[in-house]
Amino acid sequence: MAKLDSSAVLENGAPPPEGKVKKRKMRGIKRTAFSVPYLALSIIFVVIPLFIMLYYAFTDLDGNFSFANFAHFFSRPNIMKVMGRSFLVALITTVLCFLLAYPLALALSSSTLNRNAILVMLFILPMWINSLLRTYAMKIVLNILEVTNPWVAVTTGMVYDFFPFMLMPLYSILSGMDKNVLEASQDLGASPIRTLFTVKLPLSLPGIVSGVLMVFMPTVSTFAISDILGNTDTYLFGNVIDQWFRNSGGWHIGSAYSFILLVLIAVTVLIANKVTKGRTEVGGVL
Amino acid sequence: MNKTVKSVLIWAFVGVMLAFMYLPIIILIVYSFTDAKALGVWSGFSMELYVNLFTDSEILSALGNSMILAASSATLATILGTTAAVGIFYLRKWKKTAADFIANITMENAEIVTGVAFMMFFLAINLGYGWPALIIAHTMITVPYVILSVTPRLNQINPNLYEAGLDLGASPIRSLVTVVIPQLLPGMISGFIMAFTLSLDDFIISKFINGGVETIPIYLYNALAKRGADPTLRALSSVLFIAVLTVLIVMNVVSAKRKKQAAKAV
Repeated sequence: MAKLDSSAVLENGAPPPEGKVKKRKMRGIKRTAFSVPYLALSIIFVVIPLFIMLYYAFTDLDGNFSFANFAHFFSRPNIMKVMGRSFLVALITTVLCFLLAYPLALALSSSTLNRNAILVMLFILPMWINSLLRTYAMKIVLNILEVTNPWVAVTTGMVYDFFPFMLMPLYSILSGMDKNVLEASQDLGASPIRTLFTVKLPLSLPGIVSGVLMVFMPTVSTFAISDILGNTDTYLFGNVIDQWFRNSGGWHIGSAYSFILLVLIAVTVLIANKVTKGRTEVGGVL
Repeated sequence: MNKTVKSVLIWAFVGVMLAFMYLPIIILIVYSFTDAKALGVWSGFSMELYVNLFTDSEILSALGNSMILAASSATLATILGTTAAVGIFYLRKWKKTAADFIANITMENAEIVTGVAFMMFFLAINLGYGWPALIIAHTMITVPYVILSVTPRLNQINPNLYEAGLDLGASPIRSLVTVVIPQLLPGMISGFIMAFTLSLDDFIISKFINGGVETIPIYLYNALAKRGADPTLRALSSVLFIAVLTVLIVMNVVSAKRKKQAAKAV
């Protein structure tokens, strides 16, 4: 029996059993074996929970297989509206962040500021401050400015919270850009504006994609900012999921909603990876 | 365009953006010195909010909980993440793709989905919610960031040193600890700091599994989500802002100085 057990463990890639085998194996242990503890724990604590979520999503309250939780999503125009609104708010936030961050990244990497390390640090630092604190600070400003429109409040809060996440990848790609390419563009007679649109922007695409991901992903699923700055009208998809999980009767429907969000995220990441991959190769040829 | 005009415009734009980032924080700090209940109302200078803050046992215990959680999960994440980084670095082909995929799951997934998945999982395995669940979850979500900061160091070190250690008779663990780890230390330290900060910052995942254990972000969220939040929050937020900014600035200045010294030494 014991022998059977140990061979089963070996097949699963776990450390070999005690005794002579161990000594021999230990001597020749590969560096790759060091990845085993983390990967095993990841499968237990990260992958399995997602499968549990899948189980809840595809069963009803009695534990029978069912599509009812997904039908629930697609049969309620209200929920679809919330979902659409979440994507719209996330999209507007991402665009605003980009429109503010790209010029700023250009300015910080320009010869005038010469990649001033202290300035760059000041802009990136807020990233490390709890977003609840920053949302609270923004709430005071909105109160003083007497902003009453909840959508304006929520969007402003989101732009304020996620702006550094857009700036960081844009700045790092712009400051690392090959100066020779930019000079070549000038030497060939392109105006600064033309250089910006035909050389700098296309070359910064990988930075743009990671900035967009870093802003869009959290905004589409956040619930705290709308909780703090908005009202019941500004319920976003994250709030809906949060609500379903407040009592255990809602776990099945909540899981289905989470699963839909997960799929949307996976699709976005895949598309983003495709876009950057194609571009980096072009950049490499350049 | 005239050069001076251009640089004035650039400075003006950067100035406006700096104001956008920091004015809200400064205004919050200013209003922490008045005890008006309503937000954005000044009712004279007062230190009362700070007195309240440092006598509020709930806030102080939340602060303690946050520190214990961040320190323990960041330590575990650094150990696990460093060994994982070494292992994954030498994996090839499909195994590497699979390992990278697994390490990316929590980073790319929406935090709320990770949170609810943990919530259902800890119930399913009968562990329940509270300290063990929090430490496991925080460790698992921060390991990928440790891997990210250790891997670049692995590119720089001589891959044969580990085997040299083995050939000279060291056990794999000893070779790892005495030969590889010292060279990875800078990456491990920044990984630890990242894990520590991320743990201090997290409330979405904690919210679903804390089982009554209050951390600072959980306390903040509970207090903020209620309408007409307690004014003491202004003092708490100001203290946290100043503390975090000070630590970050000191860390950045120290590492910039070190880099300069290293450059000089070469």
